[in-house]
Amino acid sequence: MATISVTLKVWRQKSRNDSGRFETYFAKDINTEMSFLEMLDVVNENLIREGKEPIAFEHDCREGICGSCGLYVNGRAHGPLKGTTICQVHMRSFKDGETIYVEPWRAKAFPIIKDLIVDRSAFDRIIQAGGFISVDTGSAVEANSIPIPKAIADLAFEAATCIGCGACVAACKNASAMLFVSAKVTHLALLPQGQAERYRRVIKMVEQMDAEGFGNCSNTGACEAECPKSISLTNIARLNREYLAARLVPRQYDN
Amino acid sequence: MFTLDSKIPEGNLADKWKNHKANLKLVAPHNKRKLEILVVGTGLAGSSAAASLAELGYNVKVFTYHDSPRRAHSIAAQGGINAAKNYRNDGDSVERLFYDTIKGGDFRAREANVYRLAEVSVNIIDQCVAQGVPFAREYGGLLATRSFGGTQVMRTFYARGQTGQQLLLGAYSALSRQVGAGTAKLFPRTELLDIVVIDGVCKGIVVRNLVTGKIESHFGHAVLLCTGGYGNVYYLSTNAKNSNCTAIWRAHKRGAFFGNPCFVQVHPTCIPQTGDYQSKLTLMSESLRNDGRVWVPKQKGDKRPPNQIPEEERDYYLERRYPAFGNLVPRDVASRNAKYVCDEGRGVGETGQAVYLDFSDAIRRLGRDVIEQRYGNLFEMYEKITNENPYEVPMRIYPAVHYTMGGLWVDYNLMTTIPGLYALGEANFSDHGANRLGASALMQGLADGYFIIPYTIGDYLARVDFSKKGNTDHPAFKDAEKSATDRLRKLLDIKGKKTVDELHRQAGKILWDYCGITRNATDLKEALEKYRNIREEFWHQVNVPGTGEELNQSLEKANRVSDFLELGELMILDALHRNESCGCHLREEYMTEDGEAIRNDDEYCYVAAWEYKKDGTWDLHKEYLVFENVKLTQRSYK
Ligand SMILES: Cc1cc2nc3c(=O)[nH]c(=O)nc-3n(C[C@H](O)[C@H](O)[C@H](O)COP(=O)(O)OP(=O)(O)OC[C@H]3O[C@@H](n4cnc5c(N)ncnc54)[C@H](O)[C@@H]3O)c2cc1C
Ligand code: SF4
Ligand code: FES
Repeated sequence: MATISVTLKVWRQKSRNDSGRFETYFAKDINTEMSFLEMLDVVNENLIREGKEPIAFEHDCREGICGSCGLYVNGRAHGPLKGTTICQVHMRSFKDGETIYVEPWRAKAFPIIKDLIVDRSAFDRIIQAGGFISVDTGSAVEANSIPIPKAIADLAFEAATCIGCGACVAACKNASAMLFVSAKVTHLALLPQGQAERYRRVIKMVEQMDAEGFGNCSNTGACEAECPKSISLTNIARLNREYLAARLVPRQYDN
Repeated sequence: MFTLDSKIPEGNLADKWKNHKANLKLVAPHNKRKLEILVVGTGLAGSSAAASLAELGYNVKVFTYHDSPRRAHSIAAQGGINAAKNYRNDGDSVERLFYDTIKGGDFRAREANVYRLAEVSVNIIDQCVAQGVPFAREYGGLLATRSFGGTQVMRTFYARGQTGQQLLLGAYSALSRQVGAGTAKLFPRTELLDIVVIDGVCKGIVVRNLVTGKIESHFGHAVLLCTGGYGNVYYLSTNAKNSNCTAIWRAHKRGAFFGNPCFVQVHPTCIPQTGDYQSKLTLMSESLRNDGRVWVPKQKGDKRPPNQIPEEERDYYLERRYPAFGNLVPRDVASRNAKYVCDEGRGVGETGQAVYLDFSDAIRRLGRDVIEQRYGNLFEMYEKITNENPYEVPMRIYPAVHYTMGGLWVDYNLMTTIPGLYALGEANFSDHGANRLGASALMQGLADGYFIIPYTIGDYLARVDFSKKGNTDHPAFKDAEKSATDRLRKLLDIKGKKTVDELHRQAGKILWDYCGITRNATDLKEALEKYRNIREEFWHQVNVPGTGEELNQSLEKANRVSDFLELGELMILDALHRNESCGCHLREEYMTEDGEAIRNDDEYCYVAAWEYKKDGTWDLHKEYLVFENVKLTQRSYK
C-alpha cells in the first residue's frame, strides 16, 4: 500500500465578514487509497488533538451525488479529475511532496460562510422561481399515457443529472450560473409534461438568476470542463433559444 | 398501563384503506390556513409530505440540517422503486407486491400497512412521471422496468443508477414550487434538537441554527419527523455522513415508542473497506446482481488472481444453495452467506473480507454495450474508488450496514405514541418487517408523504383547537430549549483527549462485531457492557473544539454521536430479547444446520415497541401481529 506526504495550503475564514487567509498544514504518510476528503478528515483529527479548530468543509454522501462537496483544489473546481466530484478524488491522483491549494468556491452569489463552506441557496431560489412542473399530488394521469421517445427521455435525463454543486459558477470567470439553469430548463423543456409552463419557466428562472447576482455567459466553456456530471454546453444554447422564444410569446398568452 | 393501538381499520384487507379514507375527518380549506405543520427532513418522505400538505393549503414549515432540501440522503438511492403496475404482463399485482413484501420482511410487518403500500405504489409512478422524473424508457416510449432481489417479477422502475436522485429532485421541485408560492417556508441549515410536548401532546420543536448557533422554538399543531434512518450508529455504513438519529431519539426520550430497533439491514453488495481511515462504505446497487454472478474460490486461501481460477474451482455459492433465486436472493440471505464464506477463509482481496461479483458471463452473453447501458455509472463509480475496471476484473464486494427497518413506532395513520407527532419514511419502524426488499424504501417514503399523510393528518387536525394562533410562550418550550443548550454546553466543556470520530468508530465496531449480520446471547451481553463503557468514556474523554455560537461541525457531530451511544444500547437489548431468527436478525442459537433462520412465531410474532423511562431503562410493549390473509411459512428461496 503506497503512502505519500503532501503540504496543504488551506483557506481559513472564521465567518462571512472575516478577511480570511491561507494556512499551511502537513499531511504525512497518507495512504493513496484514501479519498481527498478522508485525507482532510485525518488532518482535522490531528488539528483537534492539537487543540486547534478543524477545517470546516461541506460533504455528505461522499459518492458524488448529493452535491454538498465543492472545493477549489490547485485552482480547479473539484480537483484534478474530469467529471468527478472532489469527494470521489483519491490521493493516488496526487504526487508525493506536492503542495495542494484548497479554497472555497468564489462567487459574489455564493458568500463564504466559514472556511471552505459557501452559501449556495441562490440555486434553490432559482428553482423556486420556476424550476418545476405544476402538478398537485393526486392530479397525475396514468404514467404510460405519456409515451416519450427513448432518445428524448435520455437527453432529459442527462440534463437532470446536475447535482447543484455550483462548480460551474466557481469555474466561470464571470461567475455565471448558465450551465446550472440550462440543465434544469432543458430537462423540463424536452418533456411533454413540461410544455405548458415552458416559456414562463425559462423567463422566471433567468430573472431570478440575474437577481441573485450571477454573471453573464461569455461562452468560454470552463463550466462544462469542470462540471463533475459533464453537463453539456449545448444546454446553454438551448436555454438561449428557449429564452428568446419565450420573449417572443406574448406574456398574457403564456402565464 | 399504556396499550398500543395500531388503529388498523376493520374490513377486508383490500377495502381497509378505501373505507378508512372515507371515514377520516376533513379540514375545510379556510381552516387549513390556520393550521401549522412542521416537517422535519426533506428526503423523499419529507419533501413529498411538505409539498402535498402545502398544496392542500396548510401552513407548512420545513426544516433540514442540509444547506438545501435536495441534498437529503434519499438522493443517493441507486437501483429503483417498486410499483405494482404490471406493465410487463408478468403476473404482477397489488396482491403479489403485498405478498412479496410481507414475506421478504419475514412476517414481522402489519398486513394492512403493507397492503396499502402496494396499493398506492401505482399512484407514485404516475405522480413522479407527471413531475418530469425521467425514468428509463423502452424504444416505444413506454416505461422500462427491471427485476430486483427477492421477487420474480419485473416491477422496479429506475432512472439509470440514479433513481433516488431523480425522485428526490421531483419531490424537491414540488416543494420548491410551494416555497416559491409562499405556502411553505424553508429553514435550511437548521437542526432539530428536541420536540416539545405539552400535556402529552406534541406542540412544537426546538432547533439550532447551524450557522449562528442560535437555539429557538417553533410552534406546530402537528410535527412530522421525516429524518431518515440510523445506520450510522455503526459508524461505517452506506448512509451519508451526516445521517443520524437525533430527531427520533430525542422524540423517543419524550415519549415516542421505538419499534424493533435491532432490525438493521446489511446490504450484500458494497465496496469493501480498505483501511482504518475509512469514512463510509459505498453501495453497489443490488440491481447488479441481475447480471453479476457471485463467487469465491472453492479452495481456502486461494490467492490467485480471479481470471486464473478455472471455472471448476469457483464456488457460485448463491446459485448452488438457492437454485430458484440464485444471485437474486434477498439481502439478508446474500449478506450472511458472504460472511459465512469469508469466515471459512475463502474471502478474496487483500483483507480476505470480500467476494467476487463477476460480469464476464453477462458481457459475453449481452455484449459490453448492454452492460454499459444498464450499469455504466455504477461501473464508473466502482473504478473511481478502487482503481479497477469491472469490465475486465470481477468486482470485489462485501456486506455493509445499509438501512434500518426499526424506527419510531407509528399507528396506521403514521402517528407515534405522542399525539400530534408523526414519523414518515425510514424514520418510522416501517412496513418492511424484519427485512426490506430492494426498491421498496423509496416506495414507502413517497407513499407516506404523497398519499398517506395528506389524508390521515386531517383526521387529527380536524379535532385540534385552532381558534387561537399558536405560540411558543408555554414554559415547556423554554425547558426544552434549556435542556438542548445544556447538553451542548456539557459537550463543549468536557475537553477530553479523544475525538468524536475516534469514539464513534470504536462504538460502531462493537455493534458491528456483536450486533451485526449474526448475533448470539453471549456476545450481546458482552457487547452491552463494552458499549456502556464507551458511552461513559465519551462523556469524560471527548474533545469538542470551538464554541456553540458559530458554525461548529465538531459540535454537531458530538451531539449526534451522543444520541447514537444511547440508541446502540437499546439495539443490543432488543436483539438480546428476541430469541428467534427472523429476517436480518439472525441469532446463531436459532438456525438450522445449514445456516437458515428459524423463526419463532408462537412467541415473537410481534413488534417490539420500547418505552423510554426517565432513569434510562426501557419497558417493552408488544404489538402482536395478526395475519388473516397470508399463511406464515418458513421463508425459502431455494
Ligand atoms: C446508498 C443507498 C442506496 C439506496 N438505494 C435504494 C434504492 O435503490 N431503492 C430504495 O427503495 N431504497 C434505497 N435506499 C434506501 C432509501 O434511499 C432510504 O431509505 C430513503 O431514501 C430514506 O428517505 P427518507 O425521506 O426517509 O430520509 P432521508 O432521505 O435520509 O432524509 C432525511 C432528512 O432529514 C433531515 N434531518 C435528519 N435529522 C434532522 C434533524 N435532527 N434536524 C433537521 N433535519 C434533519 C435531513 O437533513 C434530510 O433532509 C438506498 C439507501 C442508500 C444508503
Ligand atoms: S451544472 Fe455541473 S457544475 Fe453546475 S451545478 Fe450542475 S453538476 Fe454542478
Ligand atoms: S459529498 Fe456528496 S457529492 Fe461529494
